[in-house]
Amino acid sequence: MSEPSFGNPEVVEIETDILLVGGGMAACGAAYEAKRWAGDDVKITLVDKAAMDRSGAVAQGLSAINTYIGENNIEDYVRMVHADLMGITRDDLVFDVGRHVDDSVHLFEEWGLPVWKTLDDGTRVDGASWQKKGGKMLKDGGKPVRSGRWQIMINGESYKVIVAEAAKKALGMENIYERVFIIKYLLDANEPNRIAGAIGFSNREHKLYVFKANAILNVCGGAVNIFRPRTTGEGMGRVWYPVWNAGSTYAMAAEVGAELTMMENRFVPTRFKDGYGPVGAWFLLFKSKATNGFGEDYVVKNADMLKDFAPYDEAAVVPTCLRNHAMIKEMKEGRGPIYMDTPTALANLAETLTPKEVKHLEAEAWEDFLDMCIGQATVWAGLNIRPEKDKSELMPTEPYLLGSHSGCSGIWASGPDDLNGQPDHYHWGYNRMTTVKGLFTAGDGVGASGHKFSSGSHAEGRIVGKAMVRFVRDHKDFTPTFSQTIEELEEEIYRPVRNYLEHKDKTTAQDINPFYITPRNFQQRLQKTMDEYVAGVATYYQTNKILLEEGLKYLGMLKEDSTKMRAKDLHELLRAWENYHRLWAAEAHLRHILFREETRYPGFFYRADFPGLDEENWHCFVNSRHNPETGEWEMKKVQWVPLVDHSTGYKAGQGGPGEASKPANV
Amino acid sequence: MPTFVHTEKCDGCKGGEVTVCMYICPNDLMKLDVEGEFTGHAMKAFNQEPDQCWECLCCAKHCPQQAIELRPFQDWVPMGGKAIPLRTDQAIMWTIQFRDGEVKRFKFPARTTPVGSIDPYGNKPEPGDLDSPLLFTESELANVNPSA
Repeated sequence: MSEPSFGNPEVVEIETDILLVGGGMAACGAAYEAKRWAGDDVKITLVDKAAMDRSGAVAQGLSAINTYIGENNIEDYVRMVHADLMGITRDDLVFDVGRHVDDSVHLFEEWGLPVWKTLDDGTRVDGASWQKKGGKMLKDGGKPVRSGRWQIMINGESYKVIVAEAAKKALGMENIYERVFIIKYLLDANEPNRIAGAIGFSNREHKLYVFKANAILNVCGGAVNIFRPRTTGEGMGRVWYPVWNAGSTYAMAAEVGAELTMMENRFVPTRFKDGYGPVGAWFLLFKSKATNGFGEDYVVKNADMLKDFAPYDEAAVVPTCLRNHAMIKEMKEGRGPIYMDTPTALANLAETLTPKEVKHLEAEAWEDFLDMCIGQATVWAGLNIRPEKDKSELMPTEPYLLGSHSGCSGIWASGPDDLNGQPDHYHWGYNRMTTVKGLFTAGDGVGASGHKFSSGSHAEGRIVGKAMVRFVRDHKDFTPTFSQTIEELEEEIYRPVRNYLEHKDKTTAQDINPFYITPRNFQQRLQKTMDEYVAGVATYYQTNKILLEEGLKYLGMLKEDSTKMRAKDLHELLRAWENYHRLWAAEAHLRHILFREETRYPGFFYRADFPGLDEENWHCFVNSRHNPETGEWEMKKVQWVPLVDHSTGYKAGQGGPGEASKPANV
Repeated sequence: MPTFVHTEKCDGCKGGEVTVCMYICPNDLMKLDVEGEFTGHAMKAFNQEPDQCWECLCCAKHCPQQAIELRPFQDWVPMGGKAIPLRTDQAIMWTIQFRDGEVKRFKFPARTTPVGSIDPYGNKPEPGDLDSPLLFTESELANVNPSA
C-alpha cells in the first residue's frame, strides 16, 4: 500500500468489548466505573474527538456543581426536575441520578477539586482554605456553600482536568484514542437492531478508524449552533454551550434507528448579553434581581400570565421557560432591555460586610465568570462594566438541544429495574441502554431526564459503565459483523475529500464552486432555516405548522446537498461531519415540534397555532424513530407515569433548606 | 473573540510532535504553521478558524510560553479589554484590564492535590455484585418512597 495521504488514509481496525464514544463527564464516569468491574477480562476503549483533559462541556471549567443532593430528599429532586421541565420527565431516571450523584461529587473532592465550605461559625471559605480552618470534606460531613437548594460552589477551573486524570489512569492511555472523530455507528449484519461498531477518522493523521464492539456508549454532548446564534461575525463561536457539541449523540443514534424522546424540548438560557455569562450565582448567591428596562420585576408583574401554565407556575422554583416567557413579553412590548441589577445586589450584601469581605465578594463575582465563561469577563472589561457600579443586560439566547442541563432532549433509555412503582415500559433491560441492543447513552444523551449537570452526568456515566460490563458478560458469544465493506465505508467518510479533490481546480476561487458546498455554508444554511422556520430568535421563538412544513422542505434539500460537502483538509472533514450531525439533530427537533400540538415550553418556543398548554392530550412523552431500513420517521405518544407524588412540588415557597425565593434553576 | 498568538513568544513547542495548543484545543482550532505557508511565520501556531473559538482559553492556560492571548470579538466588543490567565498546578491568576485602563488581579484555587497524584482505585472497595444496582464505591442505595 502506498504511503497514507489526504484522501488515501491508512485503515486501522480495532476490536473491543466496550467502546466509549466521547470524553466528557459521562464518558469519564463510565471509564472509571466500567474498568473497575471489567478487570482485565473485558477490553474497554475510549475515543474522543478532542483531548480528554479539556473536552466536553466542562472543558473551560465551572464555578458550581449544580446537582448535589446532600441533606435533601431525592424525591424532592425528582419533583424539582419534573416541575422545571413542565411535567414530562422520567422519574426513574432522575431518581437514579439522584441516588448516585453525591458519590461522584465526593470522588471529585477527593481527587482534588476545591469545594467551598461553610465553617461552623457560618463564614464561607474557598475550596483551598477550609483545610487550615477546621473544615471537613463533604463525605465527612463538611458543609458546602449552597448557592441554591441543589447547587454548591466550587473553584472549578481545573474541574475537567481532574476528572479526566482519574478516568485516564483507570483506563490506561493505551486504550484511549484522542483526536479521533466517530461519525457513524454500524448495525450488525446478522442480528437485527443490534449495534456492532463505529467508524471515524483521525483529524491529526491520515487514518480511518473502524471499531468493532459488543457494546457502545454514545456520549458526545448536546447540539449547539443548529440555530443561528445571536453572536455575529467573529463572535459566532462564543455561544453558551460548547460550540463543539455538534448533536452527534442524537444524530448517530437516530441514524441506526434508536428511539428518541422529547426532542421537541430545547433550552433557551437567559444569560448576560453577548458574553453568555452565567446568571446562577448572581440570582442565587448574590440575591440579585432582574428587571425590565423600567425597573419592574417582570416575573412578579406577569404572574397572572403564567397562570395559563398551571400548575407549573406554582412550582417552588418557577420553571425556567416560564421566567423566559415573562421576560420575552416585556421585550416584545418594547420594555427592554432586561437588566440584572448587580449594583443593588452588591450594595445590599456590602451593608453587613467588612471592606475586606466586600473585596472578597467582588473576587467571587469575577471568579464566577472566569471559571466558566471567560468571554463574559472580556465583554465586561471591553465595555467598562463594573458590576458594583453598572447594571448588565440579560438576553434569552438562541436554542440549544441537551439532556443534562435545564433541558431534556435525548434518547429513550431503559431505566434501572429495582425502583418502586416503575412501569414496564420504563425498563427493558440494561440500565441506560437505548432501544438498539448494545447501544447505551448517558449525560446529554438520555432524554426526559434533565438537571443532571456535570456531576449527574458523571454519575450517570458510572451507572451505564457498570451496566455495559454486565451486558458484555451476558453476550460473550456475540461476534460483530458489518454488512458494508471497509472500502464502502471509506468511500462514504471521505466523500467530502473526494468532492474537493475532484472539483477544486474547476474554479479560480476554491470557495466559490458549483460542484460542492463548504461545511461553513452548509452550517449557515441550516442555522438560517432553523432560525426562521423552527422558532429561533428571528421570530421571538414562534412557529406554526405551516412554517414547520416549509422548514422541513428546506432541511430535506439540505440533506440532499450533504453528500456534496467538501473538505479541503482534515479539519474541514471534521466540520463537514459535525454539520451533518447538526442537520440530523435539527430535523429530529423540527419533527417533534411539528408533532406536539401545544405550547408546552413557552419562553423556549411557541406553537402559535396551539398557544396553550394541553394537559389532557399532551401530558405524555413524544418519541420518534428513524427507520434505518426505509428512511421514514415514525412518531408516537408514550405514556407518562409518576413514581412520586408531584402535587406537593407545586406549592410556592415550600422549597426546603437553602432554597432561593424565586429564580429558576440556572 | 478569538485567541491570537504573539509572534515573538511562540516557539512552536520546539518542534515537538504537536504543539500544546494544538493538543489541547477542544475545537481543533490551533494549528502549527510548519512551513509558514498560512501566516508567513514558520514553526509558529495560529488560530485557523477564529469565528469558531469558544473563548475557553484552554490554549492560553496551557501554553508553556504564555504566547497566547484573547482578543475579544471585534464585531461587538470595543477594543482594549483583556483577561489574561497564568495557570499553575494549584491555582490560576487572572489579570483583567478594562478598556479605560484599570487593571484588576485575582487569584483562585484550582486544585488541592498534586497533578498526577490521583490513585483511581486506591483505598477503594473491591467490586461486589455485578447484578446489583450499587456502584463499586457504594454500600447502600435509596429506593423511591412515593410519599416522601
